[in-house]
Amino acid sequence: MNVYSHITSNKIKTYVVIGMFMVFATGFAYVWGKAFTDDFSILALTGFALIFSGLMSFGSYYYSDKMILSMSSAHKIKRGDNPRLYKTVENLCIGSGLPLPAIYTINDTALNAFATGRDPNHAVICVTTGLLEKLSNSELEGVIAHELSHIGNYDIRLMSIVVILVGVVALLADIFLRSIWYSGGRKSRNSQASTVFLLVGIALAIISPLIASLIHLAISRKREFLADASAALLTRYPEGLASALEKIGKDREPLEAANNATAHLYIANPLIDKRGIHNWFAGLFNTHPPISERIKILRSM
Amino acid sequence: MGYTILAVTTIIGVVLLFCWYVYNSLATGKVRIQEAISGIDVQLKRRVDLIPNLIETIKGYAQHEKDVLENLTKARSQLMSAKTPHQKAESDSFLSSTLKTLFAVSENYPVLKASENFIKLQEELSDTENKIAYSRQFYNSNVRDYNTLLANIPSGPIGKAFGFAPLEYFEAEEAAKKPVEVKF
Repeated sequence: MNVYSHITSNKIKTYVVIGMFMVFATGFAYVWGKAFTDDFSILALTGFALIFSGLMSFGSYYYSDKMILSMSSAHKIKRGDNPRLYKTVENLCIGSGLPLPAIYTINDTALNAFATGRDPNHAVICVTTGLLEKLSNSELEGVIAHELSHIGNYDIRLMSIVVILVGVVALLADIFLRSIWYSGGRKSRNSQASTVFLLVGIALAIISPLIASLIHLAISRKREFLADASAALLTRYPEGLASALEKIGKDREPLEAANNATAHLYIANPLIDKRGIHNWFAGLFNTHPPISERIKILRSM
Repeated sequence: MGYTILAVTTIIGVVLLFCWYVYNSLATGKVRIQEAISGIDVQLKRRVDLIPNLIETIKGYAQHEKDVLENLTKARSQLMSAKTPHQKAESDSFLSSTLKTLFAVSENYPVLKASENFIKLQEELSDTENKIAYSRQFYNSNVRDYNTLLANIPSGPIGKAFGFAPLEYFEAEEAAKKPVEVKF
């Protein structure tokens, strides 16, 4: 699979994710309505869910980058603020033929970086100040080249939309579960059917965050390897990114501004377990391939 | 009889579609290459524009280094008159080597080395040098894709029939890449 077919598949996947989200939200509203309300409200609720999910998808298509940036408390920089970062991004853009993205930094000593936006013309690249301090020029180049590859491959569009929509799914499931606890004692007339739908609803609510996490996984692991490879091709120096990843991997400091929804955007998982204990369950839902494996592949290039 | 006609038209249709595809890929490739070469030109121009300023600064501190300054002026005018990618690459690498000599010589002039203007120019020049390297890489990778398409069968013969010809890489001869000798 080359870069061009990867771009096409990313664009298709974007629409599939949006479609799945709308079907899921509408279906969810229907089940919820069946469990709790009469026939008229079901229609209203389902209709509302359809409109809501449509707006949500539309919004996340156009504004996901802004939402993510404000979630991550990043701020924009100008050329004069950090000429080194600015020049690095500029040079690599020339090398890959991409327009210059907006450049943001996060004030945090953790080492991390991400890219977002909907296409190369509306792209954002964001790094932590810790990364700028601790990496050498060639290492920084490797990291920036990796992020630019995400932009060029349209990974950013799909990943940013997933952040928002998956966040909404998790929120819906949460609301549903809570509403069950609060309305626990109430009995409806058609109690047998309601119970069935209630059970289906609970099952959906429990598995939906799981499904959401699995979507994350399916779409983000392979693209990290591809972006690493493109970065090596762009800088002609795989060792730069390899040693940057080594430094990032050794860094045991979690990034405060990151959360479960935005974790898969970053170059390396920002949610580090402070005790450093390896949790097999967490490993199951790892958004990133292990850093050691990525380094090994880069070093063998 | 009907089937034969159908088969023949299908084959002709497929062949025409393929020709159309090859033509479009090559035409797109050519546009990308032109875009890439103008990207190199922007950086080369920026570099050329920095040289007179550099010469003025050096004259103030090290007027004895006539050879170096003359070489620099020569390299600059050579680069300005270069037309093909190959000529540009050659004269650019000549300019790079004269600049290297110059910066080596500047070690003998502590006052010059410490001058703010000189430091700034040095930074700017090394930045343009990096940018030239990256724009050259972008250009060459586009030329490589285009030339590969022209070298392959059957896209090559079809492309040549449409009048597409392989393009030059932005590359200097090996001789020009040799490390610079510095005499003191």
